[in-house]
Amino acid sequence: MTIKLTRAFAAGAVSVAALLAGGGAALADCGIQGAASVRILSNDFEALRLVNSTAAECASATVTVTSNATAEHKNIQVPALTANPAEYTVAMVANNSIVPLLNAGLIRPLDDLVAKYGASLQPNQLIKIDGKVMAIAFMGNGQHLFYRKDILAAAGLDVPTSYEDVLADAQIIQDKGLMQYPLAASDKPGWDLAAEFVNMYLGTGADFFVPGSAELAIDNENGMKVLATMRAMTKFMNPDYLTYDANELNKVWDAGSVALMNQWGSLAGAAIDPKTANPDVAANTGFAAAPTIGGGTIPAAALWWDGFSIAKNISDEDAAASFQAMVHAISPDMVKAHPDVATWLVAGYSPGPAAVGVIANATEGAQAYPMQPYMGLLHTALSTGLADFIAGKEDAEQALKDVKASYDASAKEAGFLN
Amino acid sequence: MPRQPLALKTLTNAFLVFWLLAAVFPFAWTVWGSFKVEADFFSRQSWWYAIEGIRTTQQTGGAFTLDGYRGAWILNEFWKPVINTLIVTISVTFISLLVGTLGGYALARSNRRYAFWILIAALVFRAMPPITLVSGYLLPFFQLNIWGFLPTTIIVLVAINQPFTLWMLHSFFLSIPKDLDESALVDGCTRFQAFRMVIIPVMWPGVITTGLFSFLLGYNDFAVTSMLLRQENQTMIPKIASFLGSIQSEGNVMYAVAAVVSATVPLFVLVLFFQRQIVSGLTAGAVKG
Amino acid sequence: MPHRTFFTFIFPSILAMVLFITLPIISVAVQSMYIEHPAILTTVESCGPFGCSKQSKVDVAAMAKLKAEEPMGQFAGLSNYLNHNHLALNDLREIFSQNNSFSGIVSALMNLPFYRALAFTLTYCFVVTPLAMMLGFAIALAVNTMPKILKGPAIFVSILPMIITPLVGSLILAWMFNPAGIFGATLQWLANDPGLSLRASPVLTWIVVLVYGVWTNGPFSFVIFYAGLQTVPQDTVESARIDGASRWQITRFVIIPHLVPLATFVALVQLMDNFRVFEPIVGFSAQANATSLSWLVFNDLVSSDNPQFGSAGATSVITIIGVLILLSPVLLRTWRDFNRKVV
Repeated sequence: MTIKLTRAFAAGAVSVAALLAGGGAALADCGIQGAASVRILSNDFEALRLVNSTAAECASATVTVTSNATAEHKNIQVPALTANPAEYTVAMVANNSIVPLLNAGLIRPLDDLVAKYGASLQPNQLIKIDGKVMAIAFMGNGQHLFYRKDILAAAGLDVPTSYEDVLADAQIIQDKGLMQYPLAASDKPGWDLAAEFVNMYLGTGADFFVPGSAELAIDNENGMKVLATMRAMTKFMNPDYLTYDANELNKVWDAGSVALMNQWGSLAGAAIDPKTANPDVAANTGFAAAPTIGGGTIPAAALWWDGFSIAKNISDEDAAASFQAMVHAISPDMVKAHPDVATWLVAGYSPGPAAVGVIANATEGAQAYPMQPYMGLLHTALSTGLADFIAGKEDAEQALKDVKASYDASAKEAGFLN
Repeated sequence: MPRQPLALKTLTNAFLVFWLLAAVFPFAWTVWGSFKVEADFFSRQSWWYAIEGIRTTQQTGGAFTLDGYRGAWILNEFWKPVINTLIVTISVTFISLLVGTLGGYALARSNRRYAFWILIAALVFRAMPPITLVSGYLLPFFQLNIWGFLPTTIIVLVAINQPFTLWMLHSFFLSIPKDLDESALVDGCTRFQAFRMVIIPVMWPGVITTGLFSFLLGYNDFAVTSMLLRQENQTMIPKIASFLGSIQSEGNVMYAVAAVVSATVPLFVLVLFFQRQIVSGLTAGAVKG
Repeated sequence: MPHRTFFTFIFPSILAMVLFITLPIISVAVQSMYIEHPAILTTVESCGPFGCSKQSKVDVAAMAKLKAEEPMGQFAGLSNYLNHNHLALNDLREIFSQNNSFSGIVSALMNLPFYRALAFTLTYCFVVTPLAMMLGFAIALAVNTMPKILKGPAIFVSILPMIITPLVGSLILAWMFNPAGIFGATLQWLANDPGLSLRASPVLTWIVVLVYGVWTNGPFSFVIFYAGLQTVPQDTVESARIDGASRWQITRFVIIPHLVPLATFVALVQLMDNFRVFEPIVGFSAQANATSLSWLVFNDLVSSDNPQFGSAGATSVITIIGVLILLSPVLLRTWRDFNRKVV
């Protein structure tokens, strides 16, 4: 009896919270039947917080909806979903963060739930692995070209479509004295630097691994080409480029000291925000697909999706309720009400000016960030192994050798290599 | 002390002025900057923007703005983490001291080998990077269903803080003459009575100093609180970190700056209030490292 | 003190430390001797919003069977400690057999992630600890000569660097050292070199991080030394002065010896904390030129897409051993003191 009372009370408290969070929006009918608990774990940024608070509208007298938006989600998710019952029923994931959950088998196939409750979903939102739906994507992201219309016009240049053009244009801009350091990239050793390499390498169309195995395969002319391009670009960058991450790029862009850079689509809105951006720069900022590399035909940038998955170690009722709440949270109505928050993958989304770049990447055939089980290990190996190279302290062969040695050691630890 | 020679006095004063400026300037700069917009305080063009507030005027119409504070306190409900932090730090300090005084006293009054080895072990424990410890806690905590709650975090912080507390209090108790409690024992008190009647009245300065360091640890902790607390129990520092943004999303650094300035104010009050005790506490204790 | 009383008093402390520190350390140490089972991979088609591709996938069901038989994974002895990402034994052998010159060996060592981190960690430890202690001592002496009314505010200002959250403190200071920041720009002006950037050169980056370390660690020494100064026996000082000792001689022969036990305590705590240096590296974005052991742990666990517990565990255990070696002189001293107490 007391337990029931507590539960009812908790449900009441949460629905009040939901009312407050939704800015007084009416409780939505999400079609959830019976008692259930929806518990969401997500990363902490605006679009995901919006999805969380929309999901909270599904709370009712019998359904509780709670969420935890935290930057530490990647570390928490595996232990949290390993416990039985799992601490969270919904884990918001992206191409990279879904991998540890898949490797450990902690999320459930969603095919039956999609068939029952997923009428508003589009086919391309379904993340299918071996034919089974393992996650539902709802927004896209990726790094694409930011360019300064005024500088390119003054130099008499078109928007570059390849890294070779980017380098040639940078030379011209520098020669004409329009800008001292026309290029910038997120070359800070760590996650950012590794992402730069992954982007460009994807543009060559080559495989990171020997197909069907965890054997690293980047030690080839494509890898050399990518490194040579990365190094060549640093000549046109501010000498501080080793300290630049994605957030920093937006600051130097806003200061008007860069003409061309590859930057996250999710940060494009801030660069042209009439309220906070530098008006002179914002008015002249253009977005385009990421450049191609080495005669390739696709933008050299990874495409990312953010989506949700449902934990395995929970009751089927909670799983169904969670799925319904999330489908409500990413409904076309929500997207219509908030078109500028993200590049949505949901039906009925009409892209705003900040989404141009990501969509261009996608339509021109850019590759998705790989979901190989050992991709995270490679990313970490790149994050430290390329530091000396990008600083100009070692050559490309040595850098690739370092990355391979570091990757091999961690892949052996993880059981992917013998 | 007789008066210092002029040359030495000048040198001392010059050094003092230099140090005090070095200590206060970054903070003063932060307080000033917290009333500007990000494009000024973190300007890529020139630090002069932070003085004049060019972009602040452009964006808000005045040279000073409360946007940072508004964002942190109203939009992001910074008072919630403040309350959680208060609960965590006060509990951590109190429990650490309670447990640590007893342990430290025992260590100081025992002359057996194992007392030494306990001290050394405590020291070794302190060497473990906390992130590794915390990663190890996650799975058992989830399985026991105690993850995310304030009491769990408080106990973990007390445990992690225990080596330092034990060492400091042990040194402090060493400086209290043994005869004091030993004569109480001779008079027929039990150990605990001796501790309660004789030691407690003279131990406050040392306890307050140790307490200050425990307080600072709980207050400034990031590794433990960011991984072990759920959102509604989040404390200040992880909240401030979340203002800084992540790889794919823009943060609002000015919220973090405003939050840091506001977070330092209670510490000012605390330090001013306990300043005399801190100094006299260290005077009495810790001298026998 | 009888055993029983001793253990009654210390029981809560010991319980907390055993549960939350000792057991995790043991489990980390044991786990670091194991590697995962060989992964059973299948190639499957995976599709998403941006098309389909062939990707590998871990066969979860087959892996679960392996795990059920051997939950810890495969025993690997010290191989996690000796692989390329840690002590790199094979690489060391190669380096020493191929290089003859000292500088060749050093530059090859600095290319190994562990030794590169160790180099900065040790430098930081041995530069910052003594300098911060000297700074703290100097401040303590200077503040001690101030008029009483100014002492309070001076103490308060002096400990400011210690109480600002390092997370944001180092970020703001890093910004001030930016070429457009107030210090960076002033230095450019002083050096008359508009291209000077403290963040671009490895040497300058190290210097800035070390200066930050001294600045933020000085106050801890200051608080303790200042308190110690209050206990200097005034009659000894007085009689030394009557004997004609100079101010310097009094400092050297009365005050410093009095503070030595305190200095041991400070050195102990500071060496250990500096060996775990982490925040300044992230705050100053100095990863390109300076990494530390704690940063390696962080990189394996927190910033990795796929946390590597084995590797982080091995680095952590090495950190503990490193601290032990570092502290051994101080520990020996404590041991001698303790034995004196026993006798």
